Amino acid sequence: MSIHHDLSTLYLAQSDGWINFDVAGLVDQFWANTVDGLSQGSIYALVALGYTLVYGVLKLINFAHSEVFIYGAYATWFTFYGLGFRPGPTVELAVFELIGFLLLALVAAAAVSGTTALVLERVAYRPLRKRGAPRLVFLITAIGASFVLQQLIFIWRGGNPEQAIRLLRPEPVFEIFGVSVTNITITIVVASIVLFFVADTFVNRTRFGRGIRAVAQDPDTATLMGVNKERVIMLTFLIGGLLAGAAALFYMMKIPQGAAYQGGFLLGIKAFTAAVLGGIGNLRGALLGGLLLGLMENYGQSLFGGEWRDVVAFALLILILMFRPTGILGESLGKARV
Amino acid sequence: MSRNRFGRALVLAATASLVLGACSARTDDSGSEQPSQPPQDSAPAQAANAADPAGDGNATCDAGTKLAYAGTINGQNAALGQNILNGVKVAIKRHNDNNANCQVELQEFETEGQPDRAPGIVTQMVNTQEIIGVVGLPFSGESKAAGNIFNEAGLVQLTPSATNPGLSENGWTTFFRGLGNDNSQGPAAAEFITGDLGAQTVCVVRDDSEYGIGLANSITSSLADKATCQQEVKTRQTDFSAVVNSIKGANVDAIFYAGYYQEASPFAQQLSDAGVEAQFVGPDGVKDDEFVKGAGDAAEGVYFTCPCVPADQFTEFTNAYKAESNGRDPGTYSPEGYDLATILLKGIDSGAQDRAALLDFVKGYEGQGLTKNFKWDDKGELAASTVWTYKVESGKIVRNTEIKPD
Repeated sequence: MSIHHDLSTLYLAQSDGWINFDVAGLVDQFWANTVDGLSQGSIYALVALGYTLVYGVLKLINFAHSEVFIYGAYATWFTFYGLGFRPGPTVELAVFELIGFLLLALVAAAAVSGTTALVLERVAYRPLRKRGAPRLVFLITAIGASFVLQQLIFIWRGGNPEQAIRLLRPEPVFEIFGVSVTNITITIVVASIVLFFVADTFVNRTRFGRGIRAVAQDPDTATLMGVNKERVIMLTFLIGGLLAGAAALFYMMKIPQGAAYQGGFLLGIKAFTAAVLGGIGNLRGALLGGLLLGLMENYGQSLFGGEWRDVVAFALLILILMFRPTGILGESLGKARV
Repeated sequence: MSRNRFGRALVLAATASLVLGACSARTDDSGSEQPSQPPQDSAPAQAANAADPAGDGNATCDAGTKLAYAGTINGQNAALGQNILNGVKVAIKRHNDNNANCQVELQEFETEGQPDRAPGIVTQMVNTQEIIGVVGLPFSGESKAAGNIFNEAGLVQLTPSATNPGLSENGWTTFFRGLGNDNSQGPAAAEFITGDLGAQTVCVVRDDSEYGIGLANSITSSLADKATCQQEVKTRQTDFSAVVNSIKGANVDAIFYAGYYQEASPFAQQLSDAGVEAQFVGPDGVKDDEFVKGAGDAAEGVYFTCPCVPADQFTEFTNAYKAESNGRDPGTYSPEGYDLATILLKGIDSGAQDRAALLDFVKGYEGQGLTKNFKWDDKGELAASTVWTYKVESGKIVRNTEIKPD
């Protein structure tokens, strides 16, 4: 009985100070959290690009994009598995082997995610567009498609996450402000930023990108000027899917237990938040929003405690939208630049 | 043309970044010395008078009599549920093989282990009149959400693994717990961590489940001032970097994780990757092969506490279990699931044909099982309970010691 008594006082003690402001913790772990926040934020940013591109062109929030991402994570896992790796301790590989295997996984993940995005567009959205369905219907379909894709994995692989297969163990490469930065963090951040610039250049500098921007600004006029709208839409989904596939590989390098049927859901919502935060429809906004969200989540957890992780992310979103309703950088894909 | 250039640039960029990451120096982490190990306790032998579902072989009952299992089968933390379900199946098969005139059917209900799904599933179950007894609701959260539905329907519910202490305080007359609750696991774990492992500072990390919160409170109050740090994580969280950084800053001897294996696997791995050398200790919700596979390099040397009895000496049960589960060894709570199903089968064999009779039988039951002696008090708690510790050795979970309460 005495234990029960102790418990109730403990509950009380907790409810007295249900938010703690651990400022010392925030300061002490600032740089560690910054480094980790940037790597998580880079993954958010890559996924956020997919949300932002599709929104820019179709004014559609593609909620099933989180499943496009998780299909890439499964593709990564199965590539590793197919190469003969099994769950257990991390294997030692020669550098060129490692790069080869990771590149193969990158190609597989990008291909699977890209294909998933295209099929999704073909099956879930195009028929509605042909019939001129109102915008709300697309939104419901997106959520429905998300569940269908999720449950397909559930039926196939069950509820347990795939057992971790890891090819590269994180090793510190250099120190910055007393915090060691690992090879995995460097890979993720550098590759994500490079991929972002590739995507940004593609949309802003190439002929295909011009088509995307034209359809985003004024679909009817773009069609009149000879832009094939359907092809542009497919291309947009494909780019978003390829980037999500790359993000999935990076995510699996960071968190080898990541291939779970519901594993994309929360990450997708966070990436969507990042897209809105930076200004949805704006590629640079997605990058900024992703990195910012990754950082703030970590700082927030240090300051308020781990259970506030998700609250911090969404509170930040609300706060920024109150002052900048179109996000930090505003919508740009749909705005003509003169 | 531009498409080609785009593709090439993508491959180049990825290659460059991978090279950069992979070329880093490999430093072998020097194996940290573990504190000296207490000798392994021997697993309990099977009691000669352990209840046997086969009975005398002459039982008769109505055709269509059903028992049910409810809990996670493929959902969240599925392995924990499958361990129990297979244990139940072993008991039912043994009963039916030996009693030609009493064929009991087992119906399975999938709750996915989620508190918001369980009430609907349980309602469906209580409305199936042929079901007169249930082994189930393995998790505390779902048990809390659905316990009242069993109570109102008068359907007896034997839980093989829900350990939140508060569950027996709701006045439910149909709730029976087949193991000690977390008011025994918490103090036992505290005793093990500070005694056997010799930790002076412990970080208690909990998830946001009913089970995690209850267990964390129990061990924190037992550790008293040795619980120098407390952290919270979320169900389905995968990136634990902020919590890991905080624990690194707290510089503790041991970490106790109150939660389930799905989050514990990446968490343990990220702790180990960050160079945290504190001893990782998990409870029954983490003690599964899925954790060992999921945590990769970090699993070796992890300890578990569990109010479950090692099945090593239950040879007959182990063989039957392997036949039922494609060769897998019994897991956490498999023998408990078997024991509880056996009690319900005994009830049916003794002539209980409806829910009220079976409930009465369980209330008055007293007998030895594989794992322990079963006799419940008014609240549905057992008098005797045992807590064991386990350890990961060479990629397998092996028994360690039995924690004897003071």
